[in-house]
Parts: sequence; C-alpha cells; structure tokens
Amino acid sequence: MAVKSIISRPVYGTLSPQPGSDHLLIADAEGAAAILDLAKSTPDGFFAGAEIVFIPRGTGDKYTAALKALKPARWYEGPSIAAALPRLKQRLATAHMGLRLYLAGTEGLIGQAMQAALEVGIDHSSIQTEQRGSLARRMQCVHCKGITEDVTTQPARCSHCGLMLLVRDHYSRRIAAFQGVCINAEDPSQVPPMEEMFK
Amino acid sequence: MSAGTTKLDVTVADVVPVNELVTRFHFRQADGGKLPTFSGGAHVVVEMRDGDRTRLNPYSLMSSPLDTAEYTISVRRDDLGRGGSLFMHRQVRPGDRMVVSYPVNLFSLDLRARKHLMIAGGIGITPFVAQTAQLAATSGNFELHYAARNAALATYGDVLTERYGRRIHLYHDDRGEKIELARLLNAQPLGTHLYICGPAPMIDWVRKTAGEAGWPPETVHFEHFSAPQPGAPFDVELAVSGKTIHVGEQQSLLEAIEAAGVDPPYLCRGGVCGQCETNVISSDGKFLHNDHWLTEEEHRSGKKIMPCVSRFEGRSLVLER
Repeated sequence: MAVKSIISRPVYGTLSPQPGSDHLLIADAEGAAAILDLAKSTPDGFFAGAEIVFIPRGTGDKYTAALKALKPARWYEGPSIAAALPRLKQRLATAHMGLRLYLAGTEGLIGQAMQAALEVGIDHSSIQTEQRGSLARRMQCVHCKGITEDVTTQPARCSHCGLMLLVRDHYSRRIAAFQGVCINAEDPSQVPPMEEMFK
Repeated sequence: MSAGTTKLDVTVADVVPVNELVTRFHFRQADGGKLPTFSGGAHVVVEMRDGDRTRLNPYSLMSSPLDTAEYTISVRRDDLGRGGSLFMHRQVRPGDRMVVSYPVNLFSLDLRARKHLMIAGGIGITPFVAQTAQLAATSGNFELHYAARNAALATYGDVLTERYGRRIHLYHDDRGEKIELARLLNAQPLGTHLYICGPAPMIDWVRKTAGEAGWPPETVHFEHFSAPQPGAPFDVELAVSGKTIHVGEQQSLLEAIEAAGVDPPYLCRGGVCGQCETNVISSDGKFLHNDHWLTEEEHRSGKKIMPCVSRFEGRSLVLER
C-alpha cells in the first residue's frame, strides 16, 4: 500500500462505480482482482457499457475467465502495457465526456494509462485507481532521462547509462515515473548494497 | 471588512439601458489610469450609499479582461428585492463617485480544459461575456448556450452572436425552445469543462444531468449569488464583541453586524465564497439557511450560519462574533 511520503508520491484508492454509462477499466496482473471486487458493488447494466483492457503479465489465465464472465461490452487482452497503450490513446482521442476511467494493478500500469488520460484533458482526480500486486516502480534516471521499468531494488541500476540510482518517492505524473538520482556521485567506487524493496 | 481586499474609488462613466429590465454601468478609476487586472468570471462588490443605509451587492464584471480602462456590470431590476438593483437603476447617474471592491473570481475558467461549454440563463449571461472575450483573445475553444424568456430579454444575445457567430446558441422560452441538454453533454469531447450561471433551478438541472451522464464534479463549475432575502426581524447576541443587535426586515444579518461596528470578513455577500462563515454558540429557534457554502449536514447541525444570506426565526441566537 502506497504511503504519502512527499506530496508528489501518488496514493491510490479502491475502485468504486461512478455514474454514467461509459466505463473503461484497465488492469494488469493482480489488478484484475480489483475489477472483480468492484463488480460486487456495480449497479445493474454497468458492464453493458464497459470495456475491459487486461494485461495478464505473470498471472497467465488465472483471471481471464472471471473477467470475461462480467460480460463487458468490449474486451481486450494484450501482451504488455506498451502494446496496449497505442490502442488506449486511440480510444481516448475519440471518446466523449462521460467516459470514466478505472485503473488497477501496478503503479507502472496506473501511471502510464493516467499519463495518456492527462494528455486528452482528463483530470487525474477524476480517475479511479487501485494498486494491486507488485510494488515494482517505473523509474526515470534524472541524469540520462532513460526509463527503467519494473524496478524492485534500492538502489537500482539505470538500464540506459548504468549509473547506480537512489529510487526516490518523488514522482512525475507527466512522465509517469519515479525519479532515480545517482547515489554515489562523489565516489563511484562505493557501491551500496542493493536491497529488494519494491517487490 | 472584505477579506484581503482594498477598495476602489470609481466614477460612473456611463449608464446604458439595455432592455426593459437590464441597465449597464461603466466604472472608471476616479483618478484616471487603469483598473486592476481581473479574469473572466470575476465579480466586484458595489457599495450603494442610499441615505443612511449602505448596501453591498456583488455583480459579475462583464467587460473584457483585456481592457481594464473600465469595468462594466449589468444590473437586472428586481422590483421585489431589497432595493439594491432599484437603487442602481433609479439613482446612479453618469459622473457619480462610487466605491467598488477589488475584483474577486469565484467562477474562473479552468484553463487546462480542451473546451469550455457554457450554459447561461437570463442575467447569468454576464460572467460569460467577460469569459468569452478572454477565450476569444487566446484562441480558446468555447461554446455558449443561452436561454432567456424571449428575444428582447436575451440580454447581449445579439452582441455575442455578432462577435462569435455559431459558437453562440440562443433559446427563447416564448418560442418553446429548450436546451437539449442530455444530447449536448454526451457529444462533448474529453477534456471539456462545463460552466453554468443562471437561476438556481437551472443550475440544479444542469449539474444533475451532467452528474448522471458521468461528468466528474471537477469539470462542472457554477455560480449563483443568492440575494439576501427579506424576512421577519430578529435579535442576535454577538458574544465576542458583547453586543446585541437587531436585524431589520430588509436587512441581512451581515449588514446588521456591520452596522453595529463589527467587521466580519466577507467576499461575495451571496452565500458562495465561505468567508463570512460564523459559529453559532447557542440558539433556540429555526435557521433559514440560504447559502450554497455549508453542507446540508452543517445546515442541520445548527452550529454554523452564513450571515450574508441566511436568517433566523425564534427566541434567541448567540453568535461567535
């Protein structure tokens, strides 16, 4: 569970059904369970106006049948967040006011889907979010600007420039990533031990 | 005193009757020069010195925020009101000196919006005259839907249509024209913000329809100044200042507190901004809440009152003032 440490560190809630008749639910991995929990309190006909976008990642077909049983009007299962994003952007580009977004799963999924939503003018506070499953972080190296996905250690090595980075709670909604800052700039020969912190 | 604002000495530069109910007033800085900058949707509180009585009424600025050589407001005559609009219509003449507050904006545009959808009813058109001017100057995307009783009372409908053409949609009650709201709302692109100014039932209707259609509350903006309603006189004890005051039939509680020499903070004087929120120490009677600020729960609690628009009926009322 994310805890507010500094003001930019996102905190997440629990998905709850919003008014309207156009619902877009996006989840990865264990985020599917958040949609299934949401379904316990949705009004009749909710999923008749809903689309579910699901990226199973490591969960295989554990959730697929249960999600499909909700009978959403549209269903999409994708191999990765990166593969699902262009489709999401296209969907948002032609959507109308009244569309409500529900994002569940890893912070990487929530952050990148929210980033696409912000680009079309949806306010972040209008989006339902719930974190489930892995706490892995999407990290931007503040030095080379490269993005490293699914960071689980502290410190972590930048997958682009190789610097050893302190993964901060400082988060950018605009680029959907936590900031990683060089941890041993004075003496690169000092390599602090890596601990698995964001499992 | 007004929270955080100083006052402006202005001269009435012009008084222009617009139609049978509405008159426009132009104010210029009394010592010349530009007036303070404002943004579309802002209002000023106009001080009306009428004999030994001072009324303070809020009016939306309707002139272009790009031109601060003058402020203009439009006042709709309310023959049954407490007299503020009648004073403006009957007694204010070009050349008069008046005092207005600095502009305050409680109805500003959200400039992150991709599109601004405006719904106006009657004299609620005035903040939109300023906002459309501001948006037009920055190539902002807007659309205005304006309902009025008939063409003659669609104040500035002609002016706006001439300025902005097809962005302006007029609806006249006498021709049976009605905003097709559900369809209009469902057709708006993502990133649209909604702005409503008009009579309370219209605001309630649009907010309810938008809410049901899934518009997030953050995207729905509205402004409705309640005029203080006249009512039965009542007495109030001000515990902090140790005074007992009498609120007259045509006086608001806030005005009575001010008349006793106590200066609570205020901004809008219309039940919207929350500045004059006052704690109730004890009461024996019934509150007549008329504000849009306190929650329903606070209204029921009997612990708070907005003295600018709300009244009291009963045996005793003690306020923390």
